[in-house]
Formats: sequence, C-alpha cells, structure tokens
Amino acid sequence: MPISFRLNGEEVVADGVDPHVSLLHFLRDRGLTGTKEGCAEGECGACAVAFVRRGPDGKTRYVGMNSCLVLLPSVDGQELVTVEGIANGDALHPVQEAMVETGGSQCGYCTPGFVVSMFSEYYRDGRVAGKDGFDPESISGNLCRCTGYRPIRDAVVQLGLPKKGDRHLSRLDDAAPSVAAVEYVGAGVPFFRPLTLKDTFPILAKHPDATLVTGGTDIVVEVNQMERRFSAIVSLESVCDLYTWDLADDALTIGAAVPLSQIEERLHGTGLLPMLEQVLPLFSSRLIRNRATLGGNIAVASPIGDSPPVLLALDARVVIASASGEREVALDQFFTGYRATVLKPGELIKSIILPRPFPVVSKFYKVSKRVMDDISTVAAGLAVDIGDDGKVTRARLAYGGVAATPARAYDAERELVGHAFDAASIARAKEKLATAFTPMSDHRGSASYRNAMVVSLLEKFAHDMSSELGSAS
Amino acid sequence: MTHVGKSISHESARGHVTGAALYTDDLKTRFANVLSAWPVCSPHAHAKVVSIDASEALTMEGVATVLTGDDVPGNGNTGPARQDEPLFPDVVVYHGQAVCWVLAETELLARQAVKKVKVEYEALEPILTIEDAIAKDSFHTKPLVIDSGEVNATLSQHKTLSGEVHVGGQEHFYLEAQAAIVYQDESGGFQVHSSTQHPTETQMIVARVLGLSSHDVSCQSLRMGGAFGGKEVQANAWASVAAVGANKTGRPVRVRLDRQRDMALTGKRHPFLGRYKIAYGDDGEIFAADIELFSDGGWSLDLSEPVMFRAMFHVDNCYRIDHLRVVGRVCNTHKTSQTAFRGFGGPQGMVVIEDAIDRVARATGLPPEIVREKNFYREGDRTHFGQRVTQAERVTRVVDEVKRDADFAHRREAIRRFNETHETVKRGIAVTPVKFGISFTTAFFNQAGALVLLYADGSVQLNHGGTEMGQGLHTKMLQIAADALGTPLESVRMMPTRTDKVPNTSATAASSGTDLNGAAVRDACQQIRERLALVASQKLGASKDDIEFGDGKAWVFGSPETTVSFAELAKTAYLQRLPLFATGYYRTPKIKYDEEAGSGKPFHYFAYGAAITEVEVDRFTGQYTIVRADVVHDVGDSISPLVDKGQVEGGYIQGLGWLTTEELVWRQDDRAKGMLATRGASTYKLPTLGECPEEFHVRLLDRATEPSVIHGSKAVGEPPLMLAISAREALRDAVAAFGSGGKRPEGIPLGCPSTPEAVFWAIQNVTARVQKVAAE
Repeated sequence: MPISFRLNGEEVVADGVDPHVSLLHFLRDRGLTGTKEGCAEGECGACAVAFVRRGPDGKTRYVGMNSCLVLLPSVDGQELVTVEGIANGDALHPVQEAMVETGGSQCGYCTPGFVVSMFSEYYRDGRVAGKDGFDPESISGNLCRCTGYRPIRDAVVQLGLPKKGDRHLSRLDDAAPSVAAVEYVGAGVPFFRPLTLKDTFPILAKHPDATLVTGGTDIVVEVNQMERRFSAIVSLESVCDLYTWDLADDALTIGAAVPLSQIEERLHGTGLLPMLEQVLPLFSSRLIRNRATLGGNIAVASPIGDSPPVLLALDARVVIASASGEREVALDQFFTGYRATVLKPGELIKSIILPRPFPVVSKFYKVSKRVMDDISTVAAGLAVDIGDDGKVTRARLAYGGVAATPARAYDAERELVGHAFDAASIARAKEKLATAFTPMSDHRGSASYRNAMVVSLLEKFAHDMSSELGSAS
Repeated sequence: MTHVGKSISHESARGHVTGAALYTDDLKTRFANVLSAWPVCSPHAHAKVVSIDASEALTMEGVATVLTGDDVPGNGNTGPARQDEPLFPDVVVYHGQAVCWVLAETELLARQAVKKVKVEYEALEPILTIEDAIAKDSFHTKPLVIDSGEVNATLSQHKTLSGEVHVGGQEHFYLEAQAAIVYQDESGGFQVHSSTQHPTETQMIVARVLGLSSHDVSCQSLRMGGAFGGKEVQANAWASVAAVGANKTGRPVRVRLDRQRDMALTGKRHPFLGRYKIAYGDDGEIFAADIELFSDGGWSLDLSEPVMFRAMFHVDNCYRIDHLRVVGRVCNTHKTSQTAFRGFGGPQGMVVIEDAIDRVARATGLPPEIVREKNFYREGDRTHFGQRVTQAERVTRVVDEVKRDADFAHRREAIRRFNETHETVKRGIAVTPVKFGISFTTAFFNQAGALVLLYADGSVQLNHGGTEMGQGLHTKMLQIAADALGTPLESVRMMPTRTDKVPNTSATAASSGTDLNGAAVRDACQQIRERLALVASQKLGASKDDIEFGDGKAWVFGSPETTVSFAELAKTAYLQRLPLFATGYYRTPKIKYDEEAGSGKPFHYFAYGAAITEVEVDRFTGQYTIVRADVVHDVGDSISPLVDKGQVEGGYIQGLGWLTTEELVWRQDDRAKGMLATRGASTYKLPTLGECPEEFHVRLLDRATEPSVIHGSKAVGEPPLMLAISAREALRDAVAAFGSGGKRPEGIPLGCPSTPEAVFWAIQNVTARVQKVAAE
C-alpha cells in the first residue's frame, strides 16, 4: 500500500520508495529544498520540520523534529509543516519577520531549521511573550555557524503571541490526525507500523530479522551514515501499549515509547523525580527529545546513553514483552556487554518501572565538552537515602562512559551504606571508585580524565548535597 | 548617503527565512538526468593503491560508471599553489582520500555501489604529528624567516623564559558542505555550479582537468551556506570530479559531500606548535622574542605558506617587540590538507604571543593586563617586518573603551572577592586586544572587478567578483551601488557571481571582499552616473556638475522640487546612444613585501579590537561557563552596521569554539591510524546557543574613519575571531585562582583547545592536589 500524509496542507502520496529513505531526502527530491541537510545525525537541526501532534495534555500542537531521522513510511497518516509552508503567501510569518529584522540569518543555511523550531515554540500553549517566556530549549537543537546566536535569541525573545485568525493557530483547534496501521513495501523492504502489541508479535514472528525502530534517533543515524540496511523494519512508535504513564503508590511506570519531551512535561513542576527531570534537558536537544524514548535509549545499550545512569540509580526494572508473555528484569541485570542486552529475538521493552519511594538525595551529572546537545564523556546518577539516625540506608552510584555498559559501582556503594554520609565514608568510597572501572581513551576524553571524573563527581555530589542540605536547614 | 551606513537586513534574508534561497545542491532537481557521485575512500592514511576493481559495482542497476584517472582528459591535478593534489591518486596520503568515484542514478545507489568497489592497498607508515614530521624532516617549505633587531644579544642581556604551546586546529563546519554540479551546455561549454569562494580558480582548474581553456568553462557561485576559508581552494576538487563525470557521461553530474566525508576529506585550520624564548624586565617590558612556529600542513601545500606568513606577521599582535625573530615551518603530514580558515594563521600566531605574555605576567607577578598594556604599540612604532603601525593609538583606545564598557576595574575586584569565598568554583577575567593586517599578502590578489548593467527602464543588474557566503558582501555592494547611482535598493538586482561576467577575480577571502569589490562597484556606477548626469543636465538645463542624484531621481543642486526620474534618464541615454553598462576596477595601492629581507608593507592598513571575557570554572570537572563578554571593535565607518555587528559577534563565538569545545582528534591506534575520530556534529562540538554568553555586548568603535578605504570603512570578516583569545586567557585566570597566588615562573599551562578536560588538568597542575592518574 502506498503511504500518504499531509504536507503544508496538501495530500502527498508516496509508493515504492525505499523505506530507508529519510523524510528529509524525500522532501528535497520533491523540490522542497528549504529543508537542509547539515549533519544527517540529528545534531544540527537544519532539517527540522513541524509535525501536528496530540500532546499529553490532549491538545493539538506543533512538534519539531529532525526530518533526517524520520524514515519516510513512518510519516504515513501524519501532518507536517516545512519551512515553505509557514509564510502566508508573500506575507512573512512573525517568526520569519523577527529573524529578518534582528539579522538572525547570515549564510541562511541553518535558518529554515531555526524558523521551524521557532514556529513550534511560537504556538506553544501557555507561552508568555518576551524574555520571561523565552525557552532556550526551543532552539537548543539548531546549530548556527555564522551569527553566534545572539540575534537569533533576540528574535525569539521579541516574539509576540499569535493573533486570532492565524491559520496555523486555527489549525490547532482541530484534532491532530490519528494514524492507522502501516504495511508498506518499498524496494523489496517491508515496513510495518502496528497499533497494538497484539498485532506486533505476529509480524515479529514472520520477520524474525526485522529491526525495531521507535524514535529512530540512534538507528537512523547508522542508516544515514553507514548505509545500514535492514531486511524488514517494524516501527513501534504507534503501538498504544507502549505509552503507559502510571503513577501508583509503589512505582511510576513509563511506557517504552513515550517521547522524552513528554516525560519532561509530565514531571515538570511535580518535584517527583528531580534527577530524571535534570537529565532530560542535558540528554539531547528538544528536537531529539521530541522523538527519542527511554525504551530506545535502554535497548541500544550504549555505554554513553544518558538515561541508564539515572535509571540505575533509581533501581529501575525493565518490563519485557513477547508473544509468550511478559517478564521483568532489573536494569542492572539488563546490559550484558557492549551494546548487548538480555533481549531475545521476539522480545521488546514494554515499559520501565521506577519503584517508590524514590531516593531522598539524588543528582545527575554530565561531563561533556559542551553543556547542551552533547554526548557524555562521563555521566553519573548518584543517589543516597539517609535514615533518621543520619546513616546511609541505600546508595546508588551509577556511571556511563566508563565501561562497556552503564554500570554501578557496587563496592563504593557498600562503603557508604550503614555509615554517615561524611568525609570518612566518602573518602573510602572514593578509594573504591578510583579502581572501579577501566575506561577507554577516545575523542571525548582520556581514560585518566574519565577515572578522575568517576571519583570527582562523588566529591561534587557530596559538596552539592552539603550545601543544599545546609542551606535547607 | 542614503543606504551606506544604514542597518539593513541581509539581502537574501527573506529567502533564508522562507527556504526560497537556493544553494548549489538545491539545484539538483532542476536537472532531470543528473548523476550523483560518491567517493571510494581510503581506509589508510598512507598507502600505495595496488589495484582498483569496480566490476561488481558496475553490474549494479543504476550505476552509470566509475571514474578513475583514465577518465581525465587533461591534467588530473587540482593543486592550486603547487601541482601536488592528484585527483585520482596512485599513493593515498591521508585517511579517507578519494581513490575513485562511483556515478549512479541516485546518491543512495552510488553509496551502496561504493561498497562493492574493491581496492587493494599496500599500507605505508604515516606521519601524524608535528613532532614526528620535525623528527623526520618532513616539510612542505623551506624555513620562512623574519628577523628584526638583535635578538640573540638582547636575549643574553635580560631575564628570559621559554615556553611551548600546542594550538589546536579547527573544522570549518560551514553548514552547507562542499557541493558542485557540472554539465555541458547547449554551446558546448562546461557550466560549473560550485559552492566556491574562488570561482575563477575553480574555473581555471576545471579547465585544466578537462584539457580546455578557461573560456570553455563558466563557474557560478550562487551563494554559500558558510565557507570561512574552507571553500577558498578546497572547492576545486569536487567541481573537477563532477566535470570529469559530465565529460565522460554527457550528463549533468553532482558531487555533494555529506558531513562525514566533508570533515574527513577537507582541510581545516592548521594546528600549530609554537616555541618561544622571551627576554623581559621586572616591570613586564618585553625586550626580545625568539619564536619558532610549526604548522601541520597536512598532505599538500595548499595555502599553508601564506597561512604561515600571516601567523608570522601576527606573532606580535599589539605588542612592540624591538628584537623579534620568528621562523615558520610547514610540516608535511598524512592528514587532510589544512587550508584557509578565518584569520588565516593570524589567530595561531596571536595565541602564541598571548601565551608568552601571560608567562611574563606570572613570572613577574604583575596582572596580565598590565603586562599587555606596558607593551602596546604607540604611534610611530613599526612591526617586526618593518611596517609602520598606523593608527596605533587605537590599541589603547579600544582597550580603554572596552574596559569602561565592561566596568573592568570593579569586576576584577568583585571576582577577587568571589574567589576568596568560593573554593570549588572560581571566576576569571581577561582583556585581550587584536591588531589584524588587511590585504592579501600575495599582492596580486588585491584587485577586483565589477560589471554594472543599466537597462533602458532604469533597472540595474549588479555583478562583481566577490562571492556571498553569509558575510553580507552582497548587501554592502547593493548599498554602495544604490548610493553611487542614486537609486533605491530595489532598482538594483544582485546577480549570482559568475566568471563570465567578471573574469580573473580573486578569492573572496582575507576579509577584503568589501574593500576590493566595493571600490570596483563604485567605479562602475560612477561611470554610468557621469553619463546620466550629462543627460540630466540637458533635461534640467543646468551644468552637469550641479546635478544631484537620489532615491531614483535627479535634480539640480538647490532645486529639489524639479526632478527627472532615473528611469527617464536611462531611457533618454539609450535613445541618445550612450552606453549603459560599465566595468569597474580597483587595485590596492602601495603594498609590497620582500620575503627574502623579511620586511616591507604587506598590509594596506590594520583593523583593531578588544574584548573582555569573564568565565566561571568548576573544580570538580573543569567544566565552565562564559559568564559575560564585552567587545569594542574597529570596522572604520561601518557600511552596514547590522552586517558588521553580526560579523563581530559571529567571529567571537567561532573563535570561542576554536579555543574551547572544538577539538579535532586523529586516531593513533593501528585499527584506524590517521582517521579523523571527530568527523560529525556528534563528535565535534561547535558552540550552541548555550555557549553564547547571556551577557554579550558588542559595540562598533565610533569616530573610526579609515580614509584609504571605500566610505571610510574597514574589513571585518576575520579580525573579530581573535577577540575570543580573551576567553582562553580568562579561563587561565580562573585556573590560576585555584592556586596559591604569587609568582609562578613556570606559568599556568593550559591546553588549547581548552576543553573541560584541559581545564581540569590545568587546575590539577596548579593545585597539585591530585596526582594525574595512570597515563593515557
């Protein structure tokens, strides 16, 4: 079956296109060349487009994504706006006006991506005009090599609110399109997008070599850059069973396919899980977080993924589903080696359970060259519970970037439990940490720096905690 | 003037924000039967190519052909300076070098077919570091020398210190990667669309590769999505491959590099190693400097020689050093061929002297800003290459003004107090000046041409030799032309840069685009205006000399109420059989440099600037934030303030990236020796919005007329990049604050780029608190 979607208000049909083709290249081959390729790995945002989606609040909204990381068939049934669809005829859109006025474009190559990111931000429900309403995250996924960002920041800050009658605003009054299941074949490669787990397993049974994709923010990079090709692709992004958000007395359960930006939104202001809230803005740019998922970040089992250290520190359990039922695995038992997990063929991650009570004192640290939109040199999720007697009852020191898998430093944790969280126990833990891991040297950092960070971050944790606890008392 | 001096938006801003502005590869869908090319890249940094077997690839559906050296009808060498860049090499000399190219119906097919091309190599040992090149005497050039005064004698008479600093390279990371489309047109000539800063050289090299004359090839550079020097000579190879393909297949051929290939295959800012010995006094005065500069030139000469000269010309920065010797060597290594990059060696030279200045400050215990000011050039001084430092008082002026703007004295004190009360975070601040020489140091490049076409309806087409890469050159040219003609901006249409409009152009480089092309444009417009003035004088019954032009009209001086429209003048001039087109030309006067003597006047003038940066550094990780930056920069009388401010801000942030987060790493392990490990946006970290200081104040110096340049302006492209050296020195200042204070003759060593890791080790070094754990 051909796929179809709404592009700048018009119905588009595609058939026979290789499902490895990205939305970006499809657009450009149609002559919509305003959307640019800058990196083909979701880092630069020059390819940003805005999807019309239903938010966790039930309202329709624009959601920016990197079109280089979206496989074309997964767009079926959806609706999107590219830079060409933003202006009203000859009249520029307010975000475009602002960019022109402030000198926000120099070479202009990154500009369409910025315009799309700003467009999504412009219509964000509840946005306040002016400096106070400026969310730097809204353009965190767009790189500019010319301007130094100041005029672009000014352009966002000076945006007013949308006016009544704005056609893009009016669009949000109606529901976002609801998607149907997809069974598509292009260039001999089948692509499936089932709607339920029940429908998913027979596909996996029939195509045991099929590759699972949800946000695609990792695997599509390999498609783009290493010409990786799959015999069959199963997209999980529309499987309703993977969108759980269940806050119960004993645990928070998060569906494997919930985009990170939705987790962020749901946690915002609850104070429930500060460590998880902390990791998300550092995890990646908004454009990536609109698509990336916890399930994906765990399943790819990268040693430098940012969520595992936090989830390890939270004692997360992974719910694994297959045709024969479900099983639970503690996250620290989930990773078996470099980019390897306990997942067997026919299995997938359904959800992540974070047991309560959550740790009393916790922090996420990310050491990287750049604050925003970078990959960790070392990441740490550090959490301790302290009993009424002032002694540590539980300690979790979890690190990324220092071993073949994300890992906890059990020996060092043991030095803390049962003792006061004081200089003496920290010193003993640091001693254990110094030899806990044997990291590698690479372009992100030397082995000696990584080792130093493992120790130093505990010290920083203790320091930050003492000043926070100190100021609280 | 109506347009010059006004803040107007970039002439393509509307196209940028709507996506309508086209770049070279956007033209792809306009060519129905275009073939896409993809390179077969060497997995070795140094190896003989024993054999190429493309038979399997050629059987694949959609594969048109595989280009090899046999397909080159002319001279298959694209080296611009020296013919040392074979397009299809027998010996590969850097990791990723293209050995041959697959042409296919789509890029996807070409990329898959590349995997089926079997190339047999015989691996050879590569040279991958400056030190290794020095040890093996592997250089591209003889030593380049400037030797002024009595260096040896002066060094022996004073206290001295010696130091060494490695300065990292930098990837251009223009957002638009290299691209070209070539086809044979209906007249038999070859049309080249290229994302090039130097269309004339691209034309010349494509002609050479095809065995044709320049008149057989036209090159157009529509606009570039950034270039920064990376497309000054390095666009030529890709256009040449497309041309060879178009010649072989008779079809249009497109080459576009994706980010990975662009980073792996194209040259970068040169990494440098600087060694210095400085003679100084207790009051911070610098008496003599003996400096050695080594650059990592990569596999071919490229522009490395003039880059080294510019480094040597700027190793004084703003400081008078009467006895100064600098010797420059370009190392020949098995890496990408390092090339022009905004500043062109100047930044590396300046980092070396600023490093030395800080050493003097730490050795004497004086604040670094005092040592800097102590040595500033004054009016009448000459540089080590004998050029008088014109407007030398501006060094002091920009520094004084930026200190006032930034409230430096108070903040210095506030930072001191902050550091007294904070153990785990420290702040640092630094002020550094910039003096940058303007002109191509290769004298003959300092010329430009323009072609202005006035049509009988009063509309104008403007052509000039410069290319637009985002720097706003076209915007300024429109402002200059509209004022010179007395028309509204809308009457003048900027045409894409083409070699069949203006021939023998220079690269748009060396910050000189506006100086050179602006003067040529004005020259052409003035000729036309002269002719129209004659017509107007007849119509209005006044002397030609009394005719005024403006806003698309002409009138007699003192009688603005009676006007005649520009369109009517054009029509009348046409009917009177007056030529309505003109060529304009400009050459920079009075520049000359004697390489053998190491002296002369290579620069037309100097541009000045100063910056103050404040940083905050975390002891635990070495991570830091740029708290605030203030800049006062000299652009003369700005032709286009919005454009110029954009150049200054963008230059500062790009320089900041170079000196902080942007780290190039080449693998040294046997599995992929010589491979660039940082070849993507996920591994090579440009500044994002998060690196732009929340407080970022840039001001253009006022009362800054440069009388020898068009409309009193100054070049602006490169100089601001070096303002970011203040951030490096501020980081050093913060690192120092973790120490015990007092004199430190050994200085505060700080890696460059100053990544968080480099800062962390610098802190460790200062505090000696923790022993560096096992070696890497």
